[in-house]
Amino acid sequence: MPQNEYIERWQKQHGKRLDHDERMRKRTARESHKASYDAQNLRGLRAKLYQQKRHKEKIQMKKRIKEQEEKNVKSAAPDEPSKTPLPQYLLDRSQATNAKALSSAIKDKRAEKAAKFAVPLPKVKGISEEEMFKVINTGKKTHKKSWKRMITKPTFVGSDFTRRPVKYERFIRPMGLRYKKANVTHPELGVTVQLPILSVKKNPQNPLYTQLGVLTKGTIVEVNVSELGLVTTSGKVVWGKWAQITNVPENDGCVNAVLLV
Amino acid sequence: MATLVPPPSKRQKVAAAERAKEQQELYSIPSDLGSVRVQFFDQATGNATGPAVSVPVADANTKNLETLLNTLQGNDDDDRVPYRFTYQSDKGDQTIDILADLYHSLLQPGVKTTEDTISLFFTPQAVFRVKAVSRCAASIAGHGEAILATSFSPINSSTMVSGSGDSTARVWDCETGTPLHTLKGHTSWVLAVAYSPNGAMIATGSMDNSVRVWDAKKGVALGGPLKGHAKWITNLAWEPYHLQEPGCPRIASSSKDSTVRVWDLASKRIEHVLTGHKGSVTCVKWGGTSQIYTASHDKTIKIWNPKDGTLIQTLASHAHRVNHLALSTDFALRTAYHDHTGKVPSTDAEKVAAAKKRYEDAATVNKKIVERLVSASDDFTMYLWEPSSSNKPVARLLGHQKEVNHVTFSPDMTYIASAGFDNHVKLWNGRDGKFITTFRGHVGAVYQCSFSADSRLLVSASKDTTLKVWDVRTGKLSTDLPGHKDEVFAVDWSPDGQKVGSGGKDKAIRIWRN
Repeated sequence: MPQNEYIERWQKQHGKRLDHDERMRKRTARESHKASYDAQNLRGLRAKLYQQKRHKEKIQMKKRIKEQEEKNVKSAAPDEPSKTPLPQYLLDRSQATNAKALSSAIKDKRAEKAAKFAVPLPKVKGISEEEMFKVINTGKKTHKKSWKRMITKPTFVGSDFTRRPVKYERFIRPMGLRYKKANVTHPELGVTVQLPILSVKKNPQNPLYTQLGVLTKGTIVEVNVSELGLVTTSGKVVWGKWAQITNVPENDGCVNAVLLV
Repeated sequence: MATLVPPPSKRQKVAAAERAKEQQELYSIPSDLGSVRVQFFDQATGNATGPAVSVPVADANTKNLETLLNTLQGNDDDDRVPYRFTYQSDKGDQTIDILADLYHSLLQPGVKTTEDTISLFFTPQAVFRVKAVSRCAASIAGHGEAILATSFSPINSSTMVSGSGDSTARVWDCETGTPLHTLKGHTSWVLAVAYSPNGAMIATGSMDNSVRVWDAKKGVALGGPLKGHAKWITNLAWEPYHLQEPGCPRIASSSKDSTVRVWDLASKRIEHVLTGHKGSVTCVKWGGTSQIYTASHDKTIKIWNPKDGTLIQTLASHAHRVNHLALSTDFALRTAYHDHTGKVPSTDAEKVAAAKKRYEDAATVNKKIVERLVSASDDFTMYLWEPSSSNKPVARLLGHQKEVNHVTFSPDMTYIASAGFDNHVKLWNGRDGKFITTFRGHVGAVYQCSFSADSRLLVSASKDTTLKVWDVRTGKLSTDLPGHKDEVFAVDWSPDGQKVGSGGKDKAIRIWRN
């Protein structure tokens, strides 16, 4: 039993007070009186906190009222089976959730210049070099100059990479922290698929990290979307598309990303 | 430094020459076969053109046969007609198209020998030639939502109408690429548009369960909405021009509410309600022999008599919903008296006579008026029917690997093209339903396809945002037309072959021309 659930435990063992329901009814009936008394009489910080709480409650209340009202309205127009207009031959088909449906709204937005460079995570927390790199000092020479570094963050390493000879390898990217795949979410469709990473396009921390293929939160990676069946305007199949990493991979043990459409 | 390949030895050279000679001979006709007797028959009437003529086998290719037949027919040099030749065996159980010459089609496979008289049936081909569209002449914005249907005027390629999800239909001037009229009145998506065969009226069917009729010239509504359906309109079919009573044309509308209604446009009333289908009616066609063909989600095709609204026939073979129908005479019925010369008869009686003649020319095979029907279905197959002779299908067209969405007959009725969700367009023989070829190239589902007026080209519209023009004869891609920014829902090739109009999810009408 969790430490603080003593009331529930008591109620399970002995049942509720006989007049419990009646007391609850009375309390809810007097709730408005209590609220009005508090609103008028509380002073200082407590008043401030109370008003804040009350403000939030009122917003929720208004939302619920509005929802109810909308539910009650009977529209004269016939129900359209989908939001976007569809030709007759597609109307009675269950639309396959395939990643093609880039909505026109998104496309219009992309046409605007400013939106072109907008990404889901515009800002990330900086990571210091001390945190990113661990100085390696094994061996006499290496210890003397301390020039060797181990990257302590997850990385993407291309499939054709071979490690340099020990003497020349300045940055070590540990095998256990290498990732080949990312769980990519399509923001419009709300589907998530595991896709192979092709390359790291930009690490917002440092251009050097881009070069090293470090995967941190906010990094832009290129993923292989060929199995989603996306098509360009000229009818060619798209296979590389950019995605931004949304989690902190070293905390989660996986790479989650959102597709930039 | 690159290694130099040594020159071929004498033995290699001799072998190469030998091979080249063999390959060449594969396609040449031996010159020592003498001549063969050929008897020409008209495909439409079955009549022979004079006595059999003797033709040297070495020269018996289609070009020369065409010249010979033109001379036999007594055609002048300036009105020579291109012909297509088919061989039919005496019992009539075998039909072979003569593609290049007699030797390779008939003599080499051993169908006939040089001793026999070969009976060749000829059909005139279109005397005009449509050039493949290759560029986007105009991209016209105007619609506020996706474009769901397009149709060119039967008169010429200068006007086109499109129906859209913004609950309007718009008439476009395709010469200048400008909007002509906006047809406002519907309260929901316009799902179907159809020009009347004489080009004077436009009918639109909508999601708001009503049909509206508009004046094509002025762009104004002719009366109010035709109400009666309980669900949205899926398709519209005008009564063929030669069957219309002067002054009161009729139109058939199919609906999701599983009925078809025949409207009399003079009195704006429902003439008949064709009930009997058990599912949404997807397609309606009005045949030239005064029959209405309907296809439905209940797996059947029904044929109705529009005079009294009775059911004539039910064609049931499909195993899943039927998506689309095409009549072999669709093109003749759609264009009525508008032919490629652009001459319009002066009086109404002449117009009807001209329309009737065009229809009968198109539909007559062996002195009989035969209207063939092809149906596309969700069971991945198509059936070819000849409802006048039997309620069993002529052929089952197998090959698609997903639902077949759209099917169309070529204007000269020799080909059937089908567009499916398996990214392929397939071409079939219009006579016996034999598979001819597959047009591969689309990377998304193909929604619609349309033949050019001379049946030599085909344009297909796809989910992959492109249109593609295919050469029917070679089975190859003629031109790729990228440009749309999203799925292309509707495409139409103008009846005079000049332009292609398309519209889709990106809300812009695009006009393509050569």
